[in-house]
This record gives sequence, C-alpha cells and structure tokens, in this order.
Amino acid sequence: MTAYLKLDHIDKSFARGTQVSDVLKDIRLTIDKGEFVSIIGHSGCGKSTLLNLIAGLTKVSAGAVLLEDKEVDSPGPERAVVFQNHSLLPWLTVYENINLAVTKVFGRSKSRAERHDWIMRNLDLVQMAHAKDKRPAEISGGMKQRVGIARALAMEPKILLLDEPFGALDALTRAHLQDAVMDIHSRLGSTTIMITHDVDEAVLLSDRIVMMTNGPAATIGEVLAVPLARPRRRIELSSDRTFLRCREAVLKFLYERHRFVEAAE
Amino acid sequence: MSIQAIEDSKVKPFPAPAKPAEVIAFTARARRRFDPAAIASKLASTLVPPVIVITIMLVVWQVACSSPTASLPPPSQVWNEAYDLIAHPFFDNGPQDIGLAWRVLMSLQRVAMGFGLAAIVGVALGALVGQSIWAMRGLDPVFQILRTVPPLAWLPLSLAAFRDSSPSAIFVIFITSIWPIIINTAVGVRNIPDDYRNVARILRLNQFEFFVKIMVPAAAPYIFTGLRIGIGLSWLAIVAAEMLTGGVGIGFFIWDAWNSSRLPDIIVALAYIGVTGFCLDRLVAAVGAFVTRGTTAK
Repeated sequence: MTAYLKLDHIDKSFARGTQVSDVLKDIRLTIDKGEFVSIIGHSGCGKSTLLNLIAGLTKVSAGAVLLEDKEVDSPGPERAVVFQNHSLLPWLTVYENINLAVTKVFGRSKSRAERHDWIMRNLDLVQMAHAKDKRPAEISGGMKQRVGIARALAMEPKILLLDEPFGALDALTRAHLQDAVMDIHSRLGSTTIMITHDVDEAVLLSDRIVMMTNGPAATIGEVLAVPLARPRRRIELSSDRTFLRCREAVLKFLYERHRFVEAAE
Repeated sequence: MSIQAIEDSKVKPFPAPAKPAEVIAFTARARRRFDPAAIASKLASTLVPPVIVITIMLVVWQVACSSPTASLPPPSQVWNEAYDLIAHPFFDNGPQDIGLAWRVLMSLQRVAMGFGLAAIVGVALGALVGQSIWAMRGLDPVFQILRTVPPLAWLPLSLAAFRDSSPSAIFVIFITSIWPIIINTAVGVRNIPDDYRNVARILRLNQFEFFVKIMVPAAAPYIFTGLRIGIGLSWLAIVAAEMLTGGVGIGFFIWDAWNSSRLPDIIVALAYIGVTGFCLDRLVAAVGAFVTRGTTAK
C-alpha cells in the first residue's frame, strides 16, 4: 500500500545573500489516510517551516512532498491550513469568510442553496452557527479559531494542517477546542497534521507524534505511536498508564536528549 | 472666555479621579440615548467657539477696512454690494450671469471627472507598485519627481495636447490628485499581512479576485487617506486652472470679478470655495469611515 502523504527526503535551506542556513535536513515521513499526526519540537526547530512546505506556501530545497503519489509544490484548498492567529478577514462576517472559501472551491460544482447548506453545516460542526453574522472583531479568540477550523473544513481538504492552532488561547478555551477537534476528526476521519509545543495536547489528540530535533538542520528524531483507543476522554486519560507512558516518552525526548539551548543560534 | 475654557479642560482631568461620585454620574448620563440637555450642551460646545472666533474676525476686519483709504472692502460693504450672490445662489439670467452655486457645480463636475479618473487609475497603479517590487523600482522614482510638479505647470502642455480648455482643466485635476492616491495605495498594499496573502494562495484566488476581495478591502484605510488628500488637491487645482482657461467655473468668476474690480464678489466666491472644499473633504472622509468600518480591528 502506498502512503497517502509522503515526505520524501526533504531538505530546506534559506539563503540570505551568500549565507545559507539549513533549517530542515532529510525529513522522511509517511502518513496514512485518516491519521492524526502531531509534530512537536522546541521553538525554532523548523516545525512551522515543515507545515508550510506541506501546505506549499514555501518550496522545498530538495526532495518532494507527495500527496497520493502526486508532487505538490504550490498551495491549494486540498491542503487547508488553520493558522495560529486565525487569519480571518476582518472586513467580512463569519459567514462571508467561509463563503469566500466555499464559493472558490465549490462555485462550479454546487448550487447557491447547496453552498449555503454546506457553510451552515460546517459552522454547526464547530458550534458557531449562532455567530454567522458577526465580524471577527466581535467574537472571542477561541471563537475565531473555531471559525478558522470551519473555513478549513469547508474546503473539504484531503489534509487538514493545523499550525499551533491553540497556541494563543487560554487553557480552558484550549481544552474545549481540543475536544472539538477530536470530535470532528472522529466524525469526518480527516487526515490531520498538527504543529504543537504542548506535550499533553500532542498525546491526547494524535495517533502518532513526530518529534523534531533542534535546529539548525533539524530532522525527525523519533516517531511515537499513541496506542490509545478512541474516543478519548481527557479526565479518564489523566491517570491512564499508556497515556502517562507516552507523555513521559515525549518529555524525555524534549527535555533530556534534545534539550533546547537558548544560546545555540 | 475661550482661553478660560481651555484652561478648565486642562486642569480638570487631574483632580477628577479624586471625585469618584462625579465620574459615575457622568457615565450614567452618557448611556442615555436621547437626552436633549446633553445634545444641546454638546452642540453648544462645538458651535459656540467657532461663532465667537468668526465674530471677532469680522469685527477686526470691519475696523481695519473702514477707513476711506483702505484698499479692501469691509464686511458691511461686501454684504451690501454682493447681496445678490449671497442670498440667491441659484439665479440664472443668461450665459455669463448665473448664481455662484451653478458655477461651483460646474467646477465640481470637472473635479468629479478628473478626480474619478485619478481614483481609478491611481488605485490600479498603486496596487501594481505595491504588489510588484520591479514595478516599484521602475515607477517610484518617476512618481516621486512628477508629483512635485505644481498643478498649473501642466496646463500649457495639456492645452497643447487637447486643444480645448475643458479637457485640459480636467487633465490638470487628474494629474494633480493622482500622486497621493498612487503612493498611499502602494503603501497600503505593501502592508497587507502575509496571513491574508497565504489565505488567498491556499484558496488559489486569481489576480483579479485577490485584487477585489483581499487587496482593496485590506488597503482601504490607506486608499481613503490618499483619496482625501487627492480631493483636496484637485479642489485647489481646479480654481487655479479655471482662472486661466475661462469658462463658467468658480475660478473664472474670480478672475472675471478681478478684471471688473468687483472685490466684494471675489470675497463671497472665496467663502463658497472654502465651504465646498470643506464639504468635499468631509464627504470623502465619511465614505471612507463607512467603507472601512471593521477593517482596522484585529
């Protein structure tokens, strides 16, 4: 069986004048359809760069990103991104923000009424239908992120890319959104890649956790499978053996073997 | 009296925190929607100071120009001799004997055409310069030099090119008001956050969709700043251009009045021009505030 998404020996370096800095080196990873994979690592290790490479927002220096055996090197709606700072357009309402995406992706294949139903279904999915006529400035940070997720889902992507989606939220809101993402993942079975620096979040949500070494020239240090049955409930898991073992493994990787050295740069 | 008022407002904020009761009473009052007393006092506070200042200016002017040797007419003489122009802006007694409002409207029509063209071309060129680094490198030096050319310096050239006074005046408006529109639009486009660009790239918006759906709304606050400066400049330029090209605009009226030594008429025309320019500025500002509502909020 061939992999759904394949990262094939990817290198990424940025050139500034004559100075070339390697950010990622020899990234090899395959992801199956429907899998939820987290990428975790210290800040500056290039995990956001890796997500941008998959999204096609930046180009690889060597190697290739293969989605269903086809190389992708430019961005597209089949790899929808949920950005850390939501990136909703402030002059559009919640509904219009999603409508922009839906009209672009399904403008030809769906009728106006179908598109409306589709938008409302995605808003329902993130429980934001009540705020459809509000502008982003009028809703809270957690709500904005929900709308950002709805916008990404409304593109019906093959892969959902989450770039530290809960990083800017408070702990309670974050927990709510994590539950929402788990619920959506179980309902839609969407293949998801999430960047995070939160160990609990990674273990709670993922099927596999990809741990990155520190940069420069960061690479995948270890991949940990999380053999927890779904649906997962955070309260039961907090004392679950497997959960604690996975959590410990990630913590050991991050804080013992690949401790972040502030002065490294 | 007005100085006293300024001193009061400067002193008050400091002791205010020491009197919480007063502050609470004030916010409660502001919450009520229809409070005639509050509205009246607010109206008075905005209207009374300018009325006082204008009265003082008129008195000083009257005193200064009342001597028989004065070269300019005092306000009383303006009122008496140009009463027709002040009281009847819309009279129409044949080709060159029409009310000042008609003349202002003629000038506004030219401004509308020149400024309208400048807005369209200016936003398009500004978007190009803001979007493409090479367009900026090539065009920006040209713009920077051309924008310093005074409006009237374009007039002989445009008269030669168009061989008619009306399109020449419109061209002068266009070339005067386009620079701030271009430059502000370019700055606005350059400041569009990368996040919005990434959203557009993921959605695969084409150039036109990106322009209409992302670029214009995102740069709207900057664009309207440019438009507001542009409309002010075009109003400056039209009066000067009409003085030279003739026709029925307000600018030519001033030149005509000067040639027939009707100084009071000139003074009334100046008031018309000032008020119209003020209204134009406020109009563009109001449209801008309406269009860009919500865009600056994060």
